[in-house]
Amino acid sequence: MPQDTEPRHLVVIGGGMTAHRLVEALRARDTAGSWRISVYADEPRRPYDRVALTSYFSKRDPEELSLGDDALWHDELVTLHTGTPVTAIDTAARTVTDDLGRVTPYDELVLATGSSAAVPPIPGADLPGVFVYRTIDDVAALRGWVAEREQAGRGASYDRPVRGAVIGGGLLGLEAAGALRALGAQATVIQFGSHLMNAQIDLGGGEALKRLINGMEVGVRVGTATKAMVPSRRTGHVGRLDFTDGTRLDVDVVVLATGIRPRDELARAAGLTVGERGGVVVDDTCATAVPHVWAIGEVACIQGSCVGLVAPGYAMAEIVADRLLGGAATYPGADTATKLKLSGVDVASFGDAFARTERSMEIVWADPVAGVYKKLVMSDDARTLLGGVFVGDASAYASLRPMVGAELPGDPSAYLLPEGTGGAPDLELPESATVCSCNNVSAGEVRAAVTEHACTDIGAVKACTKAGTSCGSCLPLVKKLVGTELERLGISVSTALCEHFALSRAQLYDAVRLAGTRTFSEIVERFGRTGSRGCDICRPVVASILATTAPAHVLEGERASLQDTNDHVMANIQKDGSYSVVPRMAGGEVTPAGLIAIGEVARDYGLYTKITGGQRVDMFGARMEQLPEIWARLIEAGFESGHAYGKSLRTVKSCVGSTWCRFGVQDSVALAVLLELRYRGLRSPHKIKLGVSGCARECAEARGKDVGVIATDNGWNVYVGGNGGFTPRHAQLLAEDLDTDTLIRVIDRFLLYYVRTADRLQRTAPWMEDLEGGLETVRAVVLEDSLGIAADLDAEMDAHVANYVDEWKATLEDPEKLRKFAPFVNAPGESDPDLQYVPVRGQIRPATAEERRAGAVLVAPATLEVRS
Amino acid sequence: MSTLSAAAEAATDATAVDATAVGHQDVCLLTDLTPERGAAALLTETVDGEPRRTQIALVRTVGDLVLAVQHRDPVTGANVMARGLVGTRLVDGEEVPTLASPLHKQVYDLRTGACLDAAGKEPLPGEGGLRTWPVAVVDGVVRVLLDESAS
Ligand SMILES: Cc1cc2nc3c(=O)[nH]c(=O)nc-3n(C[C@H](O)[C@H](O)[C@H](O)COP(=O)(O)OP(=O)(O)OC[C@H]3O[C@@H](n4cnc5c(N)ncnc54)[C@H](O)[C@@H]3O)c2cc1C
Ligand code: SF4
Repeated sequence: MPQDTEPRHLVVIGGGMTAHRLVEALRARDTAGSWRISVYADEPRRPYDRVALTSYFSKRDPEELSLGDDALWHDELVTLHTGTPVTAIDTAARTVTDDLGRVTPYDELVLATGSSAAVPPIPGADLPGVFVYRTIDDVAALRGWVAEREQAGRGASYDRPVRGAVIGGGLLGLEAAGALRALGAQATVIQFGSHLMNAQIDLGGGEALKRLINGMEVGVRVGTATKAMVPSRRTGHVGRLDFTDGTRLDVDVVVLATGIRPRDELARAAGLTVGERGGVVVDDTCATAVPHVWAIGEVACIQGSCVGLVAPGYAMAEIVADRLLGGAATYPGADTATKLKLSGVDVASFGDAFARTERSMEIVWADPVAGVYKKLVMSDDARTLLGGVFVGDASAYASLRPMVGAELPGDPSAYLLPEGTGGAPDLELPESATVCSCNNVSAGEVRAAVTEHACTDIGAVKACTKAGTSCGSCLPLVKKLVGTELERLGISVSTALCEHFALSRAQLYDAVRLAGTRTFSEIVERFGRTGSRGCDICRPVVASILATTAPAHVLEGERASLQDTNDHVMANIQKDGSYSVVPRMAGGEVTPAGLIAIGEVARDYGLYTKITGGQRVDMFGARMEQLPEIWARLIEAGFESGHAYGKSLRTVKSCVGSTWCRFGVQDSVALAVLLELRYRGLRSPHKIKLGVSGCARECAEARGKDVGVIATDNGWNVYVGGNGGFTPRHAQLLAEDLDTDTLIRVIDRFLLYYVRTADRLQRTAPWMEDLEGGLETVRAVVLEDSLGIAADLDAEMDAHVANYVDEWKATLEDPEKLRKFAPFVNAPGESDPDLQYVPVRGQIRPATAEERRAGAVLVAPATLEVRS
Repeated sequence: MSTLSAAAEAATDATAVDATAVGHQDVCLLTDLTPERGAAALLTETVDGEPRRTQIALVRTVGDLVLAVQHRDPVTGANVMARGLVGTRLVDGEEVPTLASPLHKQVYDLRTGACLDAAGKEPLPGEGGLRTWPVAVVDGVVRVLLDESAS
């Protein structure tokens, strides 16, 4: 839209979660482009998901925590200055000054500086080995420290684990303790208050929580004040905690999680009013008393206090975006519902958890054996829900939280009983009930996504409404709402493969495997629509299933007619009906003689040659009838089928690794070759790609693959579920420091578990997303054999390896199969006269329709006859 | 239009075509065709008195019915239809033989050539469904009736 007036300038100080939301909301709504936005961020990276900070330990890639779509920061009206703190504000001149001394004028200014971790005034809090837990850099430093201590411990005369302590037993402290355990360190939580999470849950809940936390081998000391942190005499690092009761605890690492302080120092210096306990005072519109200055997020003191949760901060960001565009939004008050994000420990509290409302009543259900404590706070007539606490089983949290202030149908105690004991009526959420508090999405909006925006699955609803895209605790509820709504619309969420099979691919796989059926005719009669003959969806699926359950050549008997043209002629069809040919180069390794042979074939047949992304050579423009001759020559030169045409293993990409590279710690090429030769020809729901890097520098980009292997000093780390393409994903860590034999078994099982249970055309990343329990389930099945199928999978893979034959070699040996390559059943010597090519950069490409009509210069490659 | 209905009749009762009529070309043996896997054939048609080579796709069903449609893919113009997957689809309660384009997966009714699923694509100008030809199998020989009026 053309701009009549210069856009006004909005300056945002702070590049955290609420700053991101503000920019996103403003850019989405300001369609006229009336605002230009500059964001100053102290941290050296674009805004990331601080709520998910702990997952950095498993993901290891800061990029993965990034919030929203990167495109926002390429918007021409948005400028993000990372690593650039603002050092002063002049509210009279309406300028800000950054650390480089640059002075920038603003029309409106938003403070979104968040909080810093509070460091308690305990002697020794500045010792090496004492950390806070707020930013990616904090977490990275903590991880590095623990790894270093661990190394040092190994070198010592006796082997002892790293001893960690967390000071502070709130949400953050427990998350940090979980992180220490995940890093292999011991952890003890030191809590000053009477019980854990005393800001959110009552004493009864706290006791239950302590038992659960102990169950994770985390020590808990409540009612304990730390007097001093004492350095080790030998290292000068933190070595001991001294408590006021005279007891002590030896430590190698300490995490401080005693609370947060609003970062209001700039505001104070600029003369803005701050609250009693800090924070920039704002009214219900998020405006400060000084014109043109606003504050949002944790730094804002709104309705008398600062709130250390992201949802109220997001609400403030939305309000400011709205106000900047002339709207009249006001702050509705904070929803302080919280859920602990510690795997294995379910804790949640919402509403009036401490029953502070006058004449409220509490209904408690506790099962100390199972470690469960649940409480609902109700109005005195036991009808209106006011709040609640859940410890050990928070399954009811997602659906009860939005009901605060509403009447609960039926007997409230029914909601506290374990699932399955029945009684709890299905809650029909009111339209206005907030389902996702992080993104402020109501039940009505989720329903509308289905009824009005035609979303038919949870992924579409997430994309449409943003519900469940932050902390994710509302996802079960969103799923339920979507399911109910779809049912209401009469849309059954069908998993049927196609009109011929009511079974899903995974179900059909099991059925075929267990029944031992071997032909399509048999399979469609038993498991599909009687009398039908399938289609372009189910026939290749059956071929793919049979390839694993009853291995045989792709062109064997009836099986040939099930294959897509690519599998049928074992080459990749191109837009003009010619094919491309890709010989295998395991691990991307090729001899000079091999390269020459390929070059000669390409030259003699006039093929267009290009290097693929999978480290091999692709030759285009082969006519169907030329394929056998071309392959005869390639096989002669020692090549075999590269399966570039199949839904099967494609390549194992590798870097050169320790044999040549001065950084490499393992022989990545040797492993890549081993893996490629092991899994070659494995038919799967979609293509499978692997990668192996020789060290953490990751030159093979292995984490962009379905299975990525990265060498460590002690063996191999294996990552799963990565892909490039339309929705790129980074693979996630499955297991660490494996020896080669274990690694191979792990990959065997991962691949076959995927082959058995994924949907058609589903890559490993979406498959894992759909899998109940995701990566954790994969880990349990693959590493702990939780389904008891490991032996089966191992045997299946051994059979695959034993039965492997080069499809092309077998084809050339069988005249019956070679007949399939005749271009015309009645004229075997002819070829398709419509295949025409023009030159491009010294090679050929198919002529366009235009060029054919115009009779443009057509090239006649060496053995390609061209008719015109 | 007349071509289409003739093809439909021929398909439902292949032997109904007068196999001795002028314009029939012997193409191949029935046994040259693999059930449910198309094969291309090269025929010579006379158009405006001029001979012209036409590529057709022959499909033999499991019930040994043989059907002929154009080999050219209406969406891309590439000669590939014989390499598509054969199947069936329920149309008005009847199991209808189908052929899917190997390039963009449009599904066609093999008896009438009508497109049953456009898969979100438009045919090229001048193309639509698949052209069909009547086929007869006589003494194990596949014969195709060329429509001399075709242009
Ligand atoms: C481990 C952890 C777990 C959490 N879990 C949850 C949870 O489960 N649920 C929940 O609701 N909340 C959770 N939170 C809190 C949540 O992350 C915060 O409420 C939220 O990030 C606040 O957003 P913000 O924009 O106000 O501040 P921040 O996200 O902290 O962003 C402020 C940014 O401003 C920068 N900054 C400060 N001063 C300047 C300056 N002068 N110039 C330039 N930049 C500056 C800071 O470096 C920082 O990057 C968690 C926090 C942590 C640390
Ligand atoms: S990943 Fe490591 S070993 Fe491989 S090439 Fe890069 S630096 Fe060398």
